[in-house]
Amino acid sequence: MTDTLLEIDHLSVDYETGRGDLKALRDITFDVNKGEIVGIVGESGCGKSTLISSILRLTAPNTRFREGEIRFKGQDLLQASERHMRDLRGADISIVFQDPMQTHNPVLTIGQQMLDIQHRSKQSKADKLAHAAKMLGAVGIPDPEARLKQYPHEFSGGMRQRIAIAMALMSEPDLLIADEPTTALDATLEVQIIERLQELQREFHCAILFISHHLGVIAELCDRVVVMYAGAVVESGEVREIFHNSKHPYTRRLIECDPGHIKERARVLPTIPGEVPDLANLPGGCIFRDRCDQAMARCATEVPPLDQLKEGHHAACWLNHEEVTT
Amino acid sequence: MEKSHSELGQIIVGVARDPLGLMGLIIVGVIVFCAIFAYWIVPYDPIAMDIKSRLQGPSSAHLLGTDQLGRDTFSRVIAGGQVALKVALPAVFGAMAIGLTLGMIAGYGPKWLDNLLMLFFDTIRSFPTVMFALAVVALIGPSLQTVVFVVMATSIPTYGRVARTQTLTLRNSEFILAERSMGASMARILGVHMLPNIIGVLAVLAAMDIPTVIALEAGLSFLGLGVKPPTPSWGALLKDGYSLIRQTPWLVVGGGLPIILATLGFTFLGESLRDVVDPKLRKQR
Repeated sequence: MTDTLLEIDHLSVDYETGRGDLKALRDITFDVNKGEIVGIVGESGCGKSTLISSILRLTAPNTRFREGEIRFKGQDLLQASERHMRDLRGADISIVFQDPMQTHNPVLTIGQQMLDIQHRSKQSKADKLAHAAKMLGAVGIPDPEARLKQYPHEFSGGMRQRIAIAMALMSEPDLLIADEPTTALDATLEVQIIERLQELQREFHCAILFISHHLGVIAELCDRVVVMYAGAVVESGEVREIFHNSKHPYTRRLIECDPGHIKERARVLPTIPGEVPDLANLPGGCIFRDRCDQAMARCATEVPPLDQLKEGHHAACWLNHEEVTT
Repeated sequence: MEKSHSELGQIIVGVARDPLGLMGLIIVGVIVFCAIFAYWIVPYDPIAMDIKSRLQGPSSAHLLGTDQLGRDTFSRVIAGGQVALKVALPAVFGAMAIGLTLGMIAGYGPKWLDNLLMLFFDTIRSFPTVMFALAVVALIGPSLQTVVFVVMATSIPTYGRVARTQTLTLRNSEFILAERSMGASMARILGVHMLPNIIGVLAVLAAMDIPTVIALEAGLSFLGLGVKPPTPSWGALLKDGYSLIRQTPWLVVGGGLPIILATLGFTFLGESLRDVVDPKLRKQR
């Protein structure tokens, strides 16, 4: 058993809204081990972003942590002081955001910004600049010393995302959170960024929590996958297990709908009919029931627990209930 | 440091390329030059009286004639420029510094603080400037400092509101979230990352505000609320000229023309500066 770096333990998060509490995350449980790449996949609005902002404790003011713990190296982050959180951010945990066109300060040069994020370091300015240039080189920016003097708008989107990755890895964090880092980029750049992330992960040995709704990227990059639906984990396990032996109808439908898996020409791309349930007013029973073609009577009344089906493979569906080993 | 110098150089070159900007630059340059070297430029002591040669028209001895006490109008115009800048610059920069600080705090801080500061700004703004000036002058008496104080106090809300709006737009931008996720403190976010995004807008606002302040100082002096009589001021000149317009028109010219020129010069400069500094326009160059 490898060392666990991050443990999300029965985490439930609400947003207080005018319509009542929006149950954005319900009973989320999964681990990230040291040096492991874990993918989180799910459609828009399933709580992926709430989850990562909860880990960093950079949530909106109307957020309430109702239950559960987020343990990083054994310490509960939800109880940590603001001061302690600030020390962790950018040092032990860092993040790469979705849109590289927005993540840099438009009026400061890349060099100034890369200097600034090293504010904890006691090194001289020249050393910090050298470190910045080295990091830019590591993410494949040619002529890094000259590039440090340029402003963000002088870089392309793919370069900016690589710079964002360089900045996130600068302090050699233990955990890198990548929030859909390739969504805003085109397919060619996506491959580049993924390959670069893999290389860097091997070099820096950090764990990566990779959020995406692109199944192909998840399959390519990750060791384990967590499938989320409407604020809950529906299935989690090894990449191979999830893609070839998925045990939840939602995961199966999601894979079927991935354009990369479709072999025949079709007029209309397949979709999962129906809509995500209203999180402020959750129906009883299984959350996926309304959109599931295998729903049973039991699904309407009881919430299926996240059962362990085999070592490391969990799914929350009544269909598996005979297989449960524990 | 050398980088910011070259940036300032770039801005000046950019302004000079624009014909109106160049004109503004020249006018402002002349006014500032005259104000700094007023002591050496003036042909006569601006407050020395010479009753024998009172109310004269322009001549080689007195370029713009003399006033009712025989003081040289040209000398008073030059010295008045010094007074105008002595009021305008500290007032504008003071108001900008205070407004910027309060505005950023209002924009980034908690909601109750924002409401409190906005109430404060609105309270100040609800006073008519002249009424406020009358009250302050009645309280502490007319002087250069009083004018600076009145002008500064009444312009703080303008800067505060702009700084607050800018901060509000920026605080939710992704690069500020990125900064927070990298563990930056509030002071670092405000000082290192927000300030450079806001300062350009405020600098342009300040450049455009200087003529208003000069006119305000002249207006207050015209009403007798500004600088005390022997001190030369464009507004005071205009006031004297107004009552003596039947005897000589030159006092009005001496007081009015510099106000018009200064207003135009600073406005041209400010507008041109806005075009050059605007980050959206800058990116295209």
